[in-house]
Amino acid sequence: MDFSLVQRVFPFFVEAAWITIEISALSLALGLVVAFLVAAAKMSRSLPLRILGSAYVSLFRGTPCLIQLFVLYFGGPQIGINLEPFAAGVIGLGLNIGAYMAEAIRGAIQSVDRGQTEAARSIGFSRFQTMRKVVLPQAARLMIRPLGVNAVALVKGSALVSTISVVELTYTAQRYIGSTYKPFEIFGVAAVLYMLIVYVVARVVDLIDRRYAIA
Amino acid sequence: MQGLDFSVVPPYADILWMGVWWTVVLTVSAAAISFIFGVMFALVVLYAPKAVALPVRAFMWLFMGTPLLLQLFLIYYGLGQLGFKIPALIAGIIGLGLHFAVYNADILRAGIVAVDVGQTEGARSLGFGRFQTLRYFVVPQAVRNTIPAMGNNLIVLLKESSLVSIIGIAELVHAAQLAISETFRPFEFYITVAALYYILNLVLEAGLRRVEQNVEVSR
Repeated sequence: MDFSLVQRVFPFFVEAAWITIEISALSLALGLVVAFLVAAAKMSRSLPLRILGSAYVSLFRGTPCLIQLFVLYFGGPQIGINLEPFAAGVIGLGLNIGAYMAEAIRGAIQSVDRGQTEAARSIGFSRFQTMRKVVLPQAARLMIRPLGVNAVALVKGSALVSTISVVELTYTAQRYIGSTYKPFEIFGVAAVLYMLIVYVVARVVDLIDRRYAIA
Repeated sequence: MQGLDFSVVPPYADILWMGVWWTVVLTVSAAAISFIFGVMFALVVLYAPKAVALPVRAFMWLFMGTPLLLQLFLIYYGLGQLGFKIPALIAGIIGLGLHFAVYNADILRAGIVAVDVGQTEGARSLGFGRFQTLRYFVVPQAVRNTIPAMGNNLIVLLKESSLVSIIGIAELVHAAQLAISETFRPFEFYITVAALYYILNLVLEAGLRRVEQNVEVSR
């Protein structure tokens, strides 16, 4: 183990870790918006919307995230979409995780007892009010765990954007492995930072979960 | 902005089929490793002495907390540094296999613990040794009960196998990159590759559903 190397490269890795955090946070936000829209489409009364929602989930979950990023970043310019690597990374990861989180949201909403909807409807709540005031508040606490699992997966999945030259943790690790030929030391540094981020995300999910747990 | 023209794809059909073939080979080999090592890791974590179980637990913890792509770099360049001259293909299979072995081990450990203790007591009282009890009673039942969960891992594995293109293995993504370097048509080829993965995924899901049905019937 070459600790002087670790010491020398560490500041660069910390900088890269911030990019990983930024990309994960932004794509998580985008993913949540996408997920709620897709889940709403999948549960809507309109058949075309339901088909659209199902197709979205099926296509994004049925193909590799790496290919989705490549289509967007390398193929985008052919259809008039020119994106910086960072923006392509955020959008690509967000659209992808959105499909997975849509299923988590739908699962939570559907596991709220049907009687709740029936009761709310029969005392005169509209479909929208029922969802907004009765079902969603109960579903929210059921979503926290599965969405948290997705958030952790997203942090690790953000490594993929290194392939479209976003200078985040994995890109930095690859570059230093190439220039120093010390794969174990470099892996160690990157691994520590990844696990730190994952640990913090998991803890935050834990806290939110406990805060909203049914007393 | 140039128009899209999918007629550039068919001339590269042979190369893409080779890519599909290698993606299947990779996925199947890595799946075999991930199952075998998954069972081993689960048993070690549960039953081995601490001196053996702790390193394995640390390894599992490390591989669950870091991205697959980073692990692939570690294995590809790391084994080289240790003096093992291995082809990228082998490094890719080992990397994918070990990554998913960790996730399978996590599932199997829970599955083994969930097998009714009466099964062990029954086998032991019939005179089976501790190892035989695991080998013939506990592990087979745990594997059968965890097939749906491990099947999900296999579906993820198929898609994640695309990552090994980064260390230069000539699978499906790599085949597309070759074609793109000659035609400069990334959109057409990556969409085609996405469609091929989608089909592979459908076939795999249908296969897993049949396996699950058979397992349930034999219960």
